[in-house]
Amino acid sequence: MKETVFKVVTNRALTDSVYEMKLRGDTSDITAPGQFVNIKLDSLFLRRPISVCNIVGEELTLVYKVVGKGTRAMSMMGHGAKLDILTGLGNGYDLTPVKSSALLLGGGVGVPPLYLLARKLIAEGKKVTVVLGFNTKSEIFYENEFAALGCDVRVTTVDGSYGTKGFVTDAMEGEFDHFFTCGPEPMLKAVWNKTEIDGQLSFEERMGCGFGACMGCSCQTLTGNKRICKEGPVLRKGEILWQK
Amino acid sequence: MAEMKVNLCGIELDNPIIPASGTFGYGYEFAELYDINILGTFSFKGTTREPRFGNPTPRIAECTAGMINAVGLQNPGVEKVISEELPKMRRVFHKPVMANVSGFSIDEYAEVCERLDKCPEVGWLEVNVSCPNVRHGGMSFGTDPKAAFQVTEAVKKVTTKPVILKLSPNVTDIVSIAKACVEGGADGISLINTLLGMRINLRTRKPVIANTMGGFSGPAIFPVALRMVYQVANAVDVPVIGMGGVETAEDVLEMMMAGATAVEIGAVNLVNPYAGRDLVNDLPRAMEEYNIKSLKELGKGN
Repeated sequence: MKETVFKVVTNRALTDSVYEMKLRGDTSDITAPGQFVNIKLDSLFLRRPISVCNIVGEELTLVYKVVGKGTRAMSMMGHGAKLDILTGLGNGYDLTPVKSSALLLGGGVGVPPLYLLARKLIAEGKKVTVVLGFNTKSEIFYENEFAALGCDVRVTTVDGSYGTKGFVTDAMEGEFDHFFTCGPEPMLKAVWNKTEIDGQLSFEERMGCGFGACMGCSCQTLTGNKRICKEGPVLRKGEILWQK
Repeated sequence: MAEMKVNLCGIELDNPIIPASGTFGYGYEFAELYDINILGTFSFKGTTREPRFGNPTPRIAECTAGMINAVGLQNPGVEKVISEELPKMRRVFHKPVMANVSGFSIDEYAEVCERLDKCPEVGWLEVNVSCPNVRHGGMSFGTDPKAAFQVTEAVKKVTTKPVILKLSPNVTDIVSIAKACVEGGADGISLINTLLGMRINLRTRKPVIANTMGGFSGPAIFPVALRMVYQVANAVDVPVIGMGGVETAEDVLEMMMAGATAVEIGAVNLVNPYAGRDLVNDLPRAMEEYNIKSLKELGKGN
């Protein structure tokens, strides 16, 4: 973990409510895809955790959805704005179980952390199939970005306005040796139920500190109590204990 | 040269800055960031007899100038705290630490305190009779002078180290609770724990916190905390630790002018993980600005 001041380079809307912010700063503590950063915003008390979408050298990309005061404030920031950010939080995805072919499943703003993961897997020579799930066509983002990495990209929409009609679980046919997923909890559970192969699931929880001090985001697993911010957000398929 | 040393119940602290229980774990997360031996001491995560997972999530809510938590005393239980957490803590923190204890019965408080009292790492026992996030325990012992007296007396009987009672602000008359603890043998009083609070999610029309209510902390509660520290410090003869919304060196001085011997910092640790270090480094500047040569001039009971 490191506390660093980042400068906003660009901040653009990808859809009505999803934004892509590129920032410049010290990214050296970000060591794995699937990790997150925790952002201090003026006038708000707690930091706001956002998953890392990509890092290239000193450039950090965050893709976030405006859901409240914090993300709304972020959406209005322009070039040169400064942000106090804690970086390198959480465990992130482990790439080592992938032998040759990985299946990545993202739902809504669960899509962004899969981008750096796909990039890293492709750099290792692995075949990557990514299924991006949205409610409707106007909410789709990053389809072309994933395609440009060399992924086999499939899109699903709940209303059928684009791609396969349905959920990400309706477009996961094929031979894969490991899966990775991030998205709303009902989607994670559906993926967990439908997959026969092993995989890793990234969870979301309201956090206090984001670095393991307050126990605000604890969950129970088959391998003991875990803090989503510290031993998570990524859990292995075999350790998940569904509660809700 | 500003003199920051204070004496807390017979143990000298290099400075009065003490991260509060539940916001600092056992210190290791923070020790990755800076040498936590710069702190006066810290109070480790509240310990119960049995391991506890705590409350369902969400346990956290944002508020104006603060937050609500309803963790519910998650901890591995006293046995594991002694066998696993304290040895690990010892590698990163070399001063006497404050052991925070909670319970659901007078027997439990006494038993956990007795066991932690024997640990060489422990300098003080901070007995939490003020946790708002558990049923049938915690705060119920700190809202009735008689129960507070009984817990204190039972703990004092089986311990040798200074016993500090941590009080709840969710009472009509905090002075009567503090006096009852002192009558029971308390060597010090710490206050305030969190204020009982609540938020509702407008979209779901349901409480944000799964447990409905939780403990409100952060800079918003500082004036309430300061007022209660002032009232208690003027009513009892034992050292008082002031806490509640402390964020700056100026807040520390204000707490000490109200009668606190030392100051705990809580919610700010979660937002600025360097807060403890920053306060220790900034305190001499603030002391000079207000012409304070030694903090012992300010606190009472030194």
